[in-house]
Order: sequence, then structure tokens, then C-alpha cells
Amino acid sequence: MDDQNAFFAALELIGGLDPTLGSVVALSLRVTLSAVVISAVIGLPVGAALALARFAGRNAVIVMFNTLMGFPPVVAGLIVYLLLSHSGPLGFFDMLFTVPAMIAAQTVLITPIIVSLTRQVVEDLWAEYAEQLRSLGSSTLRAIPTLLWDSRFSLITAILAGFGRASAEVGAVLIVGGNIEHVTRTMTTTIALETSKGNLALALGFGIILIGLTLVLNAGAFVAGRFAQRVAG
Amino acid sequence: MHAEPSILPLSVENVSLAIRGTTLVDGVSFTLGQGRRTVIMGPNGAGKSLTLRLCHGLIAPTAGRIAWQGPAAPAARRRHAMVFQRPVLLRRSARANIRHALSLAGFDRRERGTRAHLALERFGLAALAERSARVLSGGEQQRLAMARAWALAPQVLFLDEPTASLDPGATRAIEEMIGLFHADGVKIVMTTHDLGQARRIADEVIFLHRGHVHEHTPAEEFFEQPRTAEARAFVRGELLW
Repeated sequence: MDDQNAFFAALELIGGLDPTLGSVVALSLRVTLSAVVISAVIGLPVGAALALARFAGRNAVIVMFNTLMGFPPVVAGLIVYLLLSHSGPLGFFDMLFTVPAMIAAQTVLITPIIVSLTRQVVEDLWAEYAEQLRSLGSSTLRAIPTLLWDSRFSLITAILAGFGRASAEVGAVLIVGGNIEHVTRTMTTTIALETSKGNLALALGFGIILIGLTLVLNAGAFVAGRFAQRVAG
Repeated sequence: MHAEPSILPLSVENVSLAIRGTTLVDGVSFTLGQGRRTVIMGPNGAGKSLTLRLCHGLIAPTAGRIAWQGPAAPAARRRHAMVFQRPVLLRRSARANIRHALSLAGFDRRERGTRAHLALERFGLAALAERSARVLSGGEQQRLAMARAWALAPQVLFLDEPTASLDPGATRAIEEMIGLFHADGVKIVMTTHDLGQARRIADEVIFLHRGHVHEHTPAEEFFEQPRTAEARAFVRGELLW
């Protein structure tokens, strides 16, 4: 099959609402969105705390998180694999090759991204707000929720960066999920598999859906953010 | 507000502040009592804003002592407020900005609502209550900052060049608000380099130049017969540096 035919075959698969395709897309979204939510719950307060806290070794911690933004997905996958494998410290959970394992791997991958970007945004805002908030009697700890709420429009970008990273990666979910059909097969692992099998139509179909979904989500967040910012100033 | 015990007088004794080896406030001493509106004057870089921040407790002096000496002194931290040249308002409604400040000051939920409402009414901001504070004009933002300070029921209000970035109309509105604070018995301590404004507001003047107090005199005396050469030059409108 030449490439052009593959493209039209891909569109046919999407248009025909292939049930396999639907379940794979649903699983991918479930894994990635869960990882994004967990990472945001962890990463936003940690990033804000890192922005405000002053302690020995703070710069080293910042550099470490910045470095982890470029964490190779296969390495994140490998670490989670070692933790969850039967002989690993968390082996008793019996989680390897399950959806929760994939969520954990992606959480490890994108939490540093959200921590780093949040730290930067909140630190800039703190420079502007510190004097006024201290004048009003705010402690540093009490300032964290205030700063997170006031930088909410910038933080959407941080969360989207995490989402982009998680939805695009293949290494981590492949290693800890095992790419088991109907169980742990996501869009990216399917693309990798089907391409190697020469099934270009299916691979390309998933590729188009993946990019399309990311585009829709980003466009939605952009429009919502702009609108909210215009109202809130 | 007169009836309750006061945190005043504020005694500033031999206070100095050095930042990275440069002495910016140098052995400043004065006492601030109740009632009179104190205006701290001087050219740019004289140390006016730093002196105000030292009094408000935002920065600690490198030498000297700042102490509230009134009967209510132990509770002083919550009883003095500050309005900055450029107010920082949160990305939420005007009303929510006041409520946030009240929450930080430890007022319970119901009292936050009542006080925020009173403050907005008192300063003619009720119509803007639900607008986002960040889309208000500069003058409206400063009025909101004043209302926020008033809601906290301070005994002392520090104002750091509160009208320096405002047009004449907004400046007059702020000066009227300062009058309302004064009428409520709130001690006003304000910096300005605007002579006209100082003449309109000051009961007494502290004149700073290069980190030193050159004069601390009743306003009339300061404007009519300044004692030091620097103050004379400043009052005549000559450039000081």
C-alpha cells in the first residue's frame, strides 16, 4: 500500500468509527488525563512552594526539576517498571502491565514539567505580590493558594505542556503497560506496533486522531483562557 | 475609634538601613503621636519609602529600634496598614479583593461580608464591587486599595506616594479619602514629593535628605520658615540631589 492510499484508508477507519479504534482512543485519554490530573494535584503546590521557599540546596532542586523536564520517557518507564516488578519494592501491588502502572509512569514523566513551569510562573508573580501580601499579613504558606489562583491563566499552559508530553510519549507506557491488546494498548503504542507490521493505514489513522485531539484540547484551552483573561483582567 | 486603646506613639530611634553596603537610611529618629497628619518629604532617594516600610515592618532595620509604645502595642501588627504607590490587586472582583484582605486579617466569614460592603459603600465603589479589580482604571484601583485598607480598621495608615501615578482628578479623590480616614481618627503617615499635596494634607512634616532627618516640624513652620538650607531649597522648588 502506498502512502497516499494509507492516508485515505486512515480517514475511512476514522469515518467508520471502528470499535477497536474507539477503545484504544478511550484508553489513551484515560491514561493521559489521569496522569495530568494527578501531576497537577502534586505539581502545582510543590512548584509554588519551591517558588517561595528559601533553603540550602534550593538552586540544586530547581536545576534537578528543570533537567527532569527532559526526562526520557523510556527511562521513566524503566524506573516505574523496576519499582513495580515482582522483585521490586512495590511488587506486592501486582500492578505491572496494568492501566494504573501506565498512569504512574506518565505521572513520573510529567510532574517535573508542571513543577518547573509552576515554579517559574509563581516566582515571577511573588516578586510582584510579596510586599503587598506581607503588608496584609499573609504568611508565605498562606500566599501559595493566592498565587496559584492569580496565575491560573499561565498555569493552564503548564498543564497543557504536561498533557502534550504525556499524550505524545510511547516509551513509558510501552514498558510498563506491555502493549497488550484490549488492555494496555494506547494510540502511541499502536502506532509503533502497526508501523513495524507495515499496517500503515491504521498507524496513520491513530496519528491523525492523536494530533487532532491534541489540537482540539489546546484550542479549547486557549479560547477559554483568553476569554477568562479578558473578563478577569 | 478614639475610644479604643491606641498602638501609638511610634518611636523610631537611631534607625539605619544598609543594603549591600550602602547606607540608605542613616540614624533616623522621630516619634509619631496620635491625630496629626504626618507627611514625610524629600527628593527622590532621600529614604522616604524605606522609612515608611521600616515603620510598617516590611523591612527590618540594620541598626536602631522601632517600637509601638501605646497601650495596644502588643496587637500593633494588625492595626497599621499601608497603601503603595502602585497597589497590587488580585485577579478577582473588587469585593473579593477586600474580602481576601479581611480573611488574612483573621475576620470571620460574616464579618468579611459586612466590612467589605461598608468599605465599598463608604468610598463610592459599590457600583464596581463585582468588576474584576484588574480591569479598573488606575484611579479606581488606588481607591479600591484605600477601601481595602479602611476595611481593616487600622489605627495608622501609611501611604507611599499614593497619587504619584494618578491624574489630578484621581489625586483629588484619593486626597478626599485620606480626609475620611483622618476624620475617623486614623493616624496618617504619608510620603510625597509633591509640595502642593503636602501643603494640603500635612499637619507636620518630616523632611528627609540622603537618609537623614533634616527637620521634624509643624507644617506651617516647615513651609514658612524652614530651618535647614536643604529644606529651604526644597520648599523653594530648587533641585536637590
